Amino acid sequence: MLRIEYAYWLIAAFLLYVAWRNLREGQGSRAAFWLLLGLLFAGGDGVLAQQKAGNPLPAQIAGAMVIALALLAPRLRRHAHVDTVSAEQRLASALRLGHKLFMPALLIPLVTLIVALVGAHLSVAGHALFATPQMTLTGLALACVIALFAAAYVARAPLHQGLSEGRRLLDAIGWAALLPLLLAALGEVFTQSGVGAAIAALANAILPEGSAFACLLVFALGMVLFTVIMGNAFAAFPVMMAGIGLPLLIQQYGAHPTILGAMGMLCGYCGTLLTPMAADYNLVPAALLELRSPYGVIRAQFWSAVMIFVATFIMMWLLVFR
Amino acid sequence: MNYWPLLGVAVIVIGFALRFNAVPVVVCAALVSGLLAGLHVPDLLALLGKSFVSSRMLLMFVLTLPAIGLLERAGLREHAQQWMARLRSMTLARLLIGYLLVREVLAMLGLMGVAGHAQTVRPLLAPMSEAAAEKILPALSDDDRDELRAVAAATDNVGRFFGEDVFIALGAVLLIQGFYAQHGIELTPLAIALWALPTAIVAFIIQSVRIWLYQRRLQRRALQWRGEQGG
Repeated sequence: MLRIEYAYWLIAAFLLYVAWRNLREGQGSRAAFWLLLGLLFAGGDGVLAQQKAGNPLPAQIAGAMVIALALLAPRLRRHAHVDTVSAEQRLASALRLGHKLFMPALLIPLVTLIVALVGAHLSVAGHALFATPQMTLTGLALACVIALFAAAYVARAPLHQGLSEGRRLLDAIGWAALLPLLLAALGEVFTQSGVGAAIAALANAILPEGSAFACLLVFALGMVLFTVIMGNAFAAFPVMMAGIGLPLLIQQYGAHPTILGAMGMLCGYCGTLLTPMAADYNLVPAALLELRSPYGVIRAQFWSAVMIFVATFIMMWLLVFR
Repeated sequence: MNYWPLLGVAVIVIGFALRFNAVPVVVCAALVSGLLAGLHVPDLLALLGKSFVSSRMLLMFVLTLPAIGLLERAGLREHAQQWMARLRSMTLARLLIGYLLVREVLAMLGLMGVAGHAQTVRPLLAPMSEAAAEKILPALSDDDRDELRAVAAATDNVGRFFGEDVFIALGAVLLIQGFYAQHGIELTPLAIALWALPTAIVAFIIQSVRIWLYQRRLQRRALQWRGEQGG
């Protein structure tokens, strides 16, 4: 059975390979950075299992490794991706291979799609082929492996060339790759530290008495602001709901809970488009597309986010008190 | 109420404002908030380590890099660009709005991992957008290229986010339902998902209009550019 853990081991193996290549080229800090991350990926299951069994030591070691990663990150200068072959060579290869080049690239979404749609029904000799948790992501990992083989076949290139090109791309992305995981951990720490409760208390303190509209506006803007801070609307929702949505809007002013919930969450999504804290949507793509400004993607979607927020807020205001 | 953990938020704001490296800033913020909330150092370390490894799925895009890298070496971008240049009826706006529609509908079906920045935007959508834009304005500057790629990434984000909530069995809808259920209000997931539809439509229209306006701006600049070339 294919489980998501295998994908993590695959990532770990790739990270260790990247570390080894950097070490051989005398890039000590880079090598240490990817080595630590690779070890965290390889040992992740063990950490979680031990934590569940009541042994916090592996998790503490993992925490110390995360701090070590943070100390190493500023030493990783991000540099543009250096091309290994010249533009003329790539153009000649493009002319020779034509549409065949699209096939492996399209295999990634296609295989993922197939696994997502029918993965639950696939079985070999009575055993389910895919484990149910995270099936789409497991499918994505499988798709990447298949695509790598297909790419090697189409380009008539050895597999290790793919690894070495992948390593080049990863080094170009650098520490930005780490941010989504760190921000998820930060969200967890913020929740445990009562940051959410403190913000809800502040929002309540500035709220004017007796105006349903003002209350709704504070709720909607609070969803945006808190999402901007946490990088995730899922973290903002329970806080704003418990602080303002449920006690005031629903219980006092009689707001429609379904509409308030659905549209309130979407206000938070507008905040996701605006914040570097949502690293996997805003900072990682900027690194992946090799933009010169890490905030380029946020700038490109700023006005969309503002307009979608205004439209959602107006709809919510018109509908929610009926 | 203990307001001191909010200083963690202040660390984030100041860190990003001063353009410090984001990684130590985020870790510092976590340490500051945790310590000010009275967590003990070993507990804080364990919390940090545990939540970091539990979100490993966020690095899944790394697995696309070897295949994409190999294809780019073999000329994937160049081919995507040449192909776009040959397709006469395919304009920049049609390409991006078409992608937006597909991405939003896929997200509505819960198929978020199918497309994305690593899987589709970098290898396919961004180079095709550049080629489509070059058909309008042959002399694209580096800033134009950066902006085009950013618009392609933004289009992916908007399609994904506002399609996602219209699917029943997905995180957001279940979170909303779960919150209400805890507080004694029973809702069906379908009702919640349905109320996400108006915003999904509005988001599609707004992003499409912005893409179209962006194309118009390029066309205007192209007219001006041709005028200068001719005159």
